[in-house]
Amino acid sequence: MGLELYLDLLSQPCRAVYIFAKKNNIPFTFKPVEVLKGEEGERFGKVNILRRVPALKDGAFTLAESMAILIYLSQKYKTPDHWYPSDIQRRARVDEYLSWQHVAIRANGVKLFWLKLAPEEKLQEAFEDLAVSLKQLEEKFLQDKPFIAGNRISLADLVAITELMQPVAIGYNIFENRPKLSEWRSRVEKFVGKELLQEARKVILSINDLSNMPLFKLFKTFGV
Amino acid sequence: MVVELYLDLLSQPCRSVYIFAKKNNIPFEFKHVELLKGQHLSEEFVKVNLLRKVPALKDGAFTLAESIAILLYLSRKFNTPDHWYPSDVQKRARVDEYLSWQHTSIRPQGCKVYDIKAMVPLLMDKPFPPEKLEEEIKDLNFSLKQFEEKFLQDKPFIAGGEISLADLMALEELVQPVAVGCDVFEGRSKLAEWRSRVEEAIGKELFEQAHEVVLNTKDLSAAQFSPQLKEQLIQMLQKELK
Repeated sequence: MGLELYLDLLSQPCRAVYIFAKKNNIPFTFKPVEVLKGEEGERFGKVNILRRVPALKDGAFTLAESMAILIYLSQKYKTPDHWYPSDIQRRARVDEYLSWQHVAIRANGVKLFWLKLAPEEKLQEAFEDLAVSLKQLEEKFLQDKPFIAGNRISLADLVAITELMQPVAIGYNIFENRPKLSEWRSRVEKFVGKELLQEARKVILSINDLSNMPLFKLFKTFGV
Repeated sequence: MVVELYLDLLSQPCRSVYIFAKKNNIPFEFKHVELLKGQHLSEEFVKVNLLRKVPALKDGAFTLAESIAILLYLSRKFNTPDHWYPSDVQKRARVDEYLSWQHTSIRPQGCKVYDIKAMVPLLMDKPFPPEKLEEEIKDLNFSLKQFEEKFLQDKPFIAGGEISLADLMALEELVQPVAVGCDVFEGRSKLAEWRSRVEEAIGKELFEQAHEVVLNTKDLSAAQFSPQLKEQLIQMLQKELK
């Protein structure tokens, strides 16, 4: 019966899981979930009582939360060490980023995304909050290193890049005027590979017109 | 050179780290960072944690932020008993799943209840708005329901038969609303039983020691807050009250 991954590539954490699984040739059945179409019915509900994507099903074992899924996959499929280094200090650097980003990056990026339809001042506030986080990302998590955990790409970089694509997709080029972040982005994208990236991003990059989407559906999709 | 843990026991994640280290007899130096005095904003502390938050760890030249990262680091460095962070991939995933979910589903809600009920009257010189509190309690209740139905189910602890880091983090977040008189365990027998089990696993003495500071929240006075911190908190509270 094999591994099943329930994903909607509109969602950042889904893209991180997708890219990670594909890059590491982990065999899985892609179970598409289109959150915007409200496809979170009974069938899906049984897999993930939290009714959010991504979700994993491995035989009788089900799992929510992209962080948990990524770590589970890395350990079960023994992916190359750099993704989640065995050196405890380097691993700690990955854990530190994965923990911090929930509120500092993800929540802010998500706010920006759906606030595009909201009053200017709220948008401004979300933008400012995200800017603070991006500064911390550069100064604390990257510093002078090529990647968050050091010399090699890890889960932290993957999670970061997928979150940061969200504001870019709606026209906020957060990499502009941030050369350090741009260079890091290039390194990550180079490692992942152009083809896989395009595949993962084709859904999100075709989101041009948000104004036709009912707000509550947006809300649900981006997991605010 | 011994590990330094920068903590203020008013903070939930600090308590988790403190209890974990004490329970496992991990030798450390307790570096008290007094939040009320704004010490986390000092130039000295920035050298330890650029993010200006507690808890933080310093192990020789290595510094680390984020309670989850700290707990995991300590568990690995000091080889703590397996049940805290099980080596079994599926049991471990259950712990990771909770630790991930709680960032936005339990922690903020617990914090907001604490802020509205205690910090607003203390720092803003006005009674807390009951409708706003109601709203936050409603959010918290929704999460608690998910916690019981998804994370606990019929198991004694989140990962199964034994206590793990997930239970420790969960408990501390729930102590925060309790500290301001919102007893989240009342009327929830499953949750209350889980809490008793966690307390028993930790040990009564350590449990009481860790909670002494936060359970005295009602005795805090505005004068204890540094003016800089008070200003910052008022801004934050204003946003929360909108």
